[in-house]
Amino acid sequence: MKKRHTLVVLVEDHPGVLNRVVSLMRRRSFNIDSITVGHSEQPGVSRMTLVVVGRDDEVEQVGKQLYKLMEVLKVQDLTEANAVSHELAMVKVAAKAQHRAEILQVAQIFDAKVVDATPSSLLIEAVGSEDRIDNLLTMLKGFGIRELVRTGAVAMARGAQATAIKDGRAERETVIVANGSAGMAT
Amino acid sequence: MSVTEKLPSATASSAGASHGVERQLLSGAEITCRSLEAEGVTTVFGYPGGAVIPLYDALPRAGFKHVLVRFEQWAALAAEGYARATGKPGVCMATSGPGATNLVTGLADAMLDSVPMVAITGQVVQPLIGRDAFQEVDITGITLPVTKHNYLVQRVEDIAPTIKEAFYLATSGRPGPVLVDIPKTLFIQKALYSYPSTVGRRGYQPTSTPNMRQVRLAAESIARAERPLIMAGHGIMLSEATEEFRQFVEMTGIPVIFTLLGLGCFPESHPLALGMMGMHGHKHVNDALDECDLLLNVGARFDDRATGNVNGFAPKAKIVHVDIDPAELGKNIRTDVPVVGDAGEVLRQLLPEVEQRRYQAWTDWIEARRNIALEVALEHQPESPEPYTIVREIAAASNGEAIVTTDVGQHQMWTAQYFGFDHPDRWITSGGLGTMGFGLPSAIGAKIGRPDLEVWAVIGDGGFQMSMNELATCVQENLDINIAVINNGYLGMVRQWQDLFHEKNYSEVRIGGPNLEKLAEAYGITGITVRRTVEIRPAIERARSIRGPVLMDFVIEPEANVWPIVPPGASNTEMMHERRFADTE
Repeated sequence: MKKRHTLVVLVEDHPGVLNRVVSLMRRRSFNIDSITVGHSEQPGVSRMTLVVVGRDDEVEQVGKQLYKLMEVLKVQDLTEANAVSHELAMVKVAAKAQHRAEILQVAQIFDAKVVDATPSSLLIEAVGSEDRIDNLLTMLKGFGIRELVRTGAVAMARGAQATAIKDGRAERETVIVANGSAGMAT
Repeated sequence: MSVTEKLPSATASSAGASHGVERQLLSGAEITCRSLEAEGVTTVFGYPGGAVIPLYDALPRAGFKHVLVRFEQWAALAAEGYARATGKPGVCMATSGPGATNLVTGLADAMLDSVPMVAITGQVVQPLIGRDAFQEVDITGITLPVTKHNYLVQRVEDIAPTIKEAFYLATSGRPGPVLVDIPKTLFIQKALYSYPSTVGRRGYQPTSTPNMRQVRLAAESIARAERPLIMAGHGIMLSEATEEFRQFVEMTGIPVIFTLLGLGCFPESHPLALGMMGMHGHKHVNDALDECDLLLNVGARFDDRATGNVNGFAPKAKIVHVDIDPAELGKNIRTDVPVVGDAGEVLRQLLPEVEQRRYQAWTDWIEARRNIALEVALEHQPESPEPYTIVREIAAASNGEAIVTTDVGQHQMWTAQYFGFDHPDRWITSGGLGTMGFGLPSAIGAKIGRPDLEVWAVIGDGGFQMSMNELATCVQENLDINIAVINNGYLGMVRQWQDLFHEKNYSEVRIGGPNLEKLAEAYGITGITVRRTVEIRPAIERARSIRGPVLMDFVIEPEANVWPIVPPGASNTEMMHERRFADTE
């Protein structure tokens, strides 16, 4: 069964790393829903959040193939249950005077902020899960969305444990095999 | 002119260079050469051009030989032949732009067959990079999917550490090609040279030692099996584990089947060796695959030409897969017991865990399914040379000890089926990529790497015409290579598929060619034409007695097919047999 997986990928911050990751996904026919890249807490290490849709064994293959890239230090599949996955959206909504109050009300329901305003528009910034942003957009659609940008998800596991690289070394901690049989080889 | 700088001994020892306490100010070109020397490189295959003129300026003083080829693509494949024959990394070099793009096929070939290779390319001068300069291509971008890793070197100081790392990556873990692209500016600039002794690459830690829990699971599966099979792959030779493998097979008594690239990792003449599997494998081998209850894959990747339709592959078997690349486990075939590790190390750990056994009923069952009809048919020789006979005569003449290279296609399959490989690293063929033109340049590399061994290039007339320009290289290096062109005037394998699966619609497969004897004469070498079966043996003996390259033209029946064959998309058990070879059962 295909489902959405959120992968955290820690990579060395070298030129061309993003290209290597994206090229790998393309040539292996893995579909990327979204990808975000930025700094991590460790100097020299960038953190990517990849959202991919696929069967468990397909996504496991994504992880294994990613590990074959020299710059990839760690890959972790965060399941929805124990991770926070958020994206940021900015929406420029047509806002005539008679709709303004209503739009602000919608924004308030979604904890969204108005970051810019003109006599005819509002620029609204929202942070939240993909579903939540989808819902906000559904609500705003009727007023007229003039421009929209979404970042794609960034994610982090809940709890005290961190997705990080110990001792500055990469961890290939698991070799899980597809089809559910057999186990971990540490 | 190099300036030598004495450094305090403490610094020198930490530099760890094998070149003593001196660190010298050298040009990037000299640093490149010194780095290759430090890697023990004795031969590079290459072709000069604008961006590498400064590098070639340093070559006459380098401590290795440069072999000038006639086309960069064949430099890459010569390097591959060298690597496969010697077990050492092959090295090729080319200029920027077209020189570099010509290497791409060779890199892809080495990538798919896990062959250690380092390619050095020149790049345009740094200020022009990204400006569509003369002979500029983004070769690191182009070769991203066909290299294990690649580099665009940015500073002259980085040349030596990058080459060090390139060799380490190419030869460790699952071997593969690594490309180092060096801008012309850096060949000219100078830096202090010292060759690093270690590589620090935190994102690269191949697992060679297996997890003991998985090894024991594998041993338990073996212990429970009644009809086990071992599928032996190229990885056994890449890990130099043929001795461990032989011990393991003889201990466990499990019969062995081979992938195309696994041929030679265990003697085919051994009673426990069954032969090649897959699309053109032997009938009894594919039958055994269908019936086995355990398949132990050591160092092979379940390529589609080996497995046939995966849904019908080894349907009754529990699958134990030993591979150094975790991504291969579960990629194509469901795996019950995955074991990540170097083939040799896994076999060493596994050996004490298994018991001595024999599977008489099982091996009898397999033997009974040998295609006797084919064996019998081979005893009756038609007048025009039978490809099987040519291959078997070459094997007999060289006592099975020759290095044999091929291109891809019918002649490749005939050779794989009937040479009878008893020694590792003697069978050099383009397996994964199926590169036409591979045979001659890889034979050049193999002969230069192993001058002590007899070398035969068995090639089709189509592939030969792709790389026959390398005859000039054979002559230039006076290489003792026997080139056997299996000449049917067709692109034979495509014609065979058109024959069997496209209603004999022979579209663009009739291919003419030059008179090979006259071609040989033009290159100043011996040409021999063989048109009749009785001429095969004397011709082979004559070729073997001549020092230097010999070009042999074996004119065979134009529409000879490779039998048996698994039709595309079918399971391995659905093999088609030629009527005269069909089993009588």
